[in-house]
Amino acid sequence: MTDQAIVDVRDVHYSVGGREIFSGLSLQAMKGQITAVMGPSGTGKTTLLRLITAQSYAERGEVKVFGESLEVLSSRQVFALRKRMGMLFQDSALLSDMNVFENVAFPLREHTDMTDPLIRNLVLTKLNAVGLRGAAELMPEELSGGMARRVALARAVVMDPELLIYDEPFVGLDPIALGVILRLIQQLNQALGITSIIVSHDVNELASIAHRSYLMAAGTIVASGTPAELANSQLPIVHQFMSGDPDGPSPFHYPAPELTAQLLSEVCS
Amino acid sequence: MSAQVAADGLVLRSLARIGRIAIFFAQMLVQCGQVLARPMLVTNQIFNAGARSLVIIMLSGLFTGMVLALLGFNVLQRFGSQDALGFATALTLLKELGPVLTALLFAGRAGTALTSEIGLMRATDQLTAMQMMAVDPLRYVVAPRFLGGLISMPLLTAVFDTVGLFGAHTIGVRVMGVDNGSFWSEMQSSVSLHDVHEGITKSLVFGFICSLIAVYEGYHSEPTAEGVGLATTRTVVASSVLILLLDYMLTAAFI
Repeated sequence: MTDQAIVDVRDVHYSVGGREIFSGLSLQAMKGQITAVMGPSGTGKTTLLRLITAQSYAERGEVKVFGESLEVLSSRQVFALRKRMGMLFQDSALLSDMNVFENVAFPLREHTDMTDPLIRNLVLTKLNAVGLRGAAELMPEELSGGMARRVALARAVVMDPELLIYDEPFVGLDPIALGVILRLIQQLNQALGITSIIVSHDVNELASIAHRSYLMAAGTIVASGTPAELANSQLPIVHQFMSGDPDGPSPFHYPAPELTAQLLSEVCS
Repeated sequence: MSAQVAADGLVLRSLARIGRIAIFFAQMLVQCGQVLARPMLVTNQIFNAGARSLVIIMLSGLFTGMVLALLGFNVLQRFGSQDALGFATALTLLKELGPVLTALLFAGRAGTALTSEIGLMRATDQLTAMQMMAVDPLRYVVAPRFLGGLISMPLLTAVFDTVGLFGAHTIGVRVMGVDNGSFWSEMQSSVSLHDVHEGITKSLVFGFICSLIAVYEGYHSEPTAEGVGLATTRTVVASSVLILLLDYMLTAAFI
């Protein structure tokens, strides 16, 4: 492993509809490492992925991927950059008019001149790695959520990307599928040296595989370090998030008037 | 004063929308060359938009032709010109009802299907997934569907016209007793290539408009169930109004 930053986000400011999402956010994902980005719901984790993958652009600051500043790239150059990435979507995003095999084969057919037998072998190998070689002929609507996630993972790695981005990979998985996905992420990182960015709020799962974790809140990174360092942090926001306390700097309740007063006012009116 | 401001706002919004559609079309046009190099993508969409609309087009064409024959015979009989029934129905179908009704049916059946399909792909992140796999959805999803619709429309219009003539012949000759020879000979001698040309031009223009609106609305729909529903509604409304508006303009241009 080297200290080269594959993804380098520096002092990024971004807002949607006048609402500020990021105010000076910075983070790095180092080559060959698993970087976890955690934070309460609604803090802009998925938005951060959109910035890293050039689906949106920062208003201020800089986002560099593979050393290239995304803001100055043409759409052709962005597409060339994306060929070096893979992304696992929260909802899998399998193409609904293709079966499992064709979904995984799709990037190969679009970007390579491989022969059909070669594509077949490669796709079946990837499907075998996620335990779904036998489901190759199924359509996406015939898959459970966990199976769809595993097919999406096979599709994300079929081009052997240098950078893999996971958007909430553990949501809705049963313990077996969760274990499989965790093991696969680790194997991909250790065997192939793939740099990984995982956006999630599953603290325990991330702690077992991440090299470095960032905690997002209020539009910026409030803490970073190894999972152990975050777990032992005395910062109130970090402690609240890692232990799952409802009370703390990050409020559980959306701002509202006091409950009794509101109930009584509605009864009286 | 406020009515004037509202009218100005409406005009500006309409112009902005036309501008956005024009830019979208230009972006899609760039991709069309590559799409034609992979004909299977377009062939599949001709099947989806065209072949799957055949039943509704044929049924509508049949009944339209039958109604035309009934009404035409009733009117022509008053002037003792019932032999001109073949000519009258053929002209009405080729120049007007064939292209217009086919386009309206196409907008309702295939146009809505195109919009909702692309809209659902947007809502379920399939288009984003393609972009992340460095595949441009304009090339893989949008352009083939646009070309499929554009090619299907004249073919469907031809089917509508043919079945409509069959329906008119059935009612006019077999039920109303118009002479079979007169029916065809009047049609042959009076319908010119210019009339056929007008019908084909209209169907191509309608195919262009319906397909463009359908793919544009689908591609730009809000990624929610309500958003896809609204986009589908906009497709039908905009296509229907534009078909009738353009029909008037084209008819005036061909006279």
